[in-house]
Amino acid sequence: MSGPKSKLAEILAKREGDITSAWLELQAKDLKALSASEQMDTARKSRQFMDALKSASREGNLEDIAAVHWNPVRELLSDLSAGRAKAGYSPVETASFVFSLKQALFNILREEIANDPAALADAVWQTTLFIDKLGLFTMEAFQKTREDVISRQQQELLELSTPVVRLWENVLALPLIGTLDSSRTQIVMQNLLDAIVATRSDYAIIDITGVPVVDTLVAQHLLKTVAAARLMGADCMISGIRPQIAQTIIHLGVDLTGVITKATLADAFALAIRRSGFAVTKGGKEAKETNEEKRSAAGAI
Amino acid sequence: MGGFLLVTIQVDMHDRLALTLQDDLTSMVVRHRARGVLIDISALEMVDSFIGRMLGTIASMATLLDAITVVVGMQPSVAITLVELGLPLKGIRTALDVEKGMAALQTALAENEDGGDEAHQQ
Amino acid sequence: MKLISSESVPVRTPEDIVAVRQAVRRKAVKLGFGLVDQTKVVTASSELARNTLDYGGGGIVQLEIVESERSKSGLRLIFEDRGPGIPDIDLALSDGYTTGAGMGLGLGGAKRLSHEFEIWSKPGEGTRVSILRWK
Repeated sequence: MSGPKSKLAEILAKREGDITSAWLELQAKDLKALSASEQMDTARKSRQFMDALKSASREGNLEDIAAVHWNPVRELLSDLSAGRAKAGYSPVETASFVFSLKQALFNILREEIANDPAALADAVWQTTLFIDKLGLFTMEAFQKTREDVISRQQQELLELSTPVVRLWENVLALPLIGTLDSSRTQIVMQNLLDAIVATRSDYAIIDITGVPVVDTLVAQHLLKTVAAARLMGADCMISGIRPQIAQTIIHLGVDLTGVITKATLADAFALAIRRSGFAVTKGGKEAKETNEEKRSAAGAI
Repeated sequence: MGGFLLVTIQVDMHDRLALTLQDDLTSMVVRHRARGVLIDISALEMVDSFIGRMLGTIASMATLLDAITVVVGMQPSVAITLVELGLPLKGIRTALDVEKGMAALQTALAENEDGGDEAHQQ
Repeated sequence: MKLISSESVPVRTPEDIVAVRQAVRRKAVKLGFGLVDQTKVVTASSELARNTLDYGGGGIVQLEIVESERSKSGLRLIFEDRGPGIPDIDLALSDGYTTGAGMGLGLGGAKRLSHEFEIWSKPGEGTRVSILRWK
């Protein structure tokens, strides 16, 4: 095993410059669309990578890239993959960094061991295995970054889509848009209950105008949210029940007894206002006249 | 006489302690002829079915003794967990905090007594 | 799934149930669980510990920190007793069913508060319930 290993290490040490320039050329071909600054960046990273590769391969084993002395190589690769994943590179473009090195190495190996076909075949095979491992590692790092981005976006979407708004000094509204699954229900509940504590509200209105379908599961989640708000001492109403949703609720036999439901948010809000002891009166002409009377009275004094 | 009892649960109770509290509270309602009981559970980081049952029993016994029970100060995480556990404590009055609980007690008693004026002492 | 750490707590007295809750809370905090998730797993542990004590005549809880293949961490709790066992598990899991003084929410409730739930029981040999909650 020491033969091909030391061969690659030897070639890396001896022909580093040639390999790097051949590699850079191949990369430039793969990534035509790169701007000048991106090309410079790639060139810089390639040189760093060659350095790291050279010193790691001197240490030994090409078979176990998880070994400690490969740390700098793996770190460079995962940084590069993460950077490219974030910058929107495709998986192919990201992997080409490592895979284009394969061809550069093959060319130099062929020049160096031209006179011994068996040794050449060995060296090529070892190099292939080695580069493939690095390639897989690169893809794994790329995928991980993409997954992190996706899960962060999911989290942001969940938070964005469940605002709790204050309608009146003791009335909160929670306009739900989209569907309710169990993880979203938990966030909805948390937001609502935290808002109840923060605003000391007595009424919470869950408006489901923006919920496309209410099946038994969604209804269950809604009822849970209502029950949780009640445990905090707040009265909870459900508004925005469209005719077809009312039909499905009845059809599915969902039991909403004990929950106040209203057709519109406005109706629910009016009820909350009334129950908390406020009265809504129309201003208009009459109110203006009273104001004017007051003003003229003040003027008279 | 005819006042409110305020009980604040401060510790993570083991089951025997919870039962003792249940008994003590019932005899207190009788001894002080209390009209209302406020149970402040804001310090509780968890309410399981045992404590839930204890709260329900206290409320039912108080009702038999003509007193109204309000459980106040439940933490949001506790409320979410109780609902998920399948124990929404139906039949127990709740309020956000002691102040709101007191107001709820007064309203409920006023309704019961048709506007009777309640003296409240603690 | 990889086992990261394991600790066992006895369940012999009502005070032990409190100790189990506190130990579970500590682990959940250590794993970085949010407050709601902490409360859910602590509440589930309280239900199951009480079952172990009341129906199993006491036993032990194994608190395990585990890690999935996708390096997600989780808390697994295994309750074990050598009590009379449960003759009809489906019946025991249904809400409102109880042979004791509880509300009959113990098993079903603990299941609803967990991501994974397993139960093994044999009449005359004992019961083992395992729950897992991922972070």
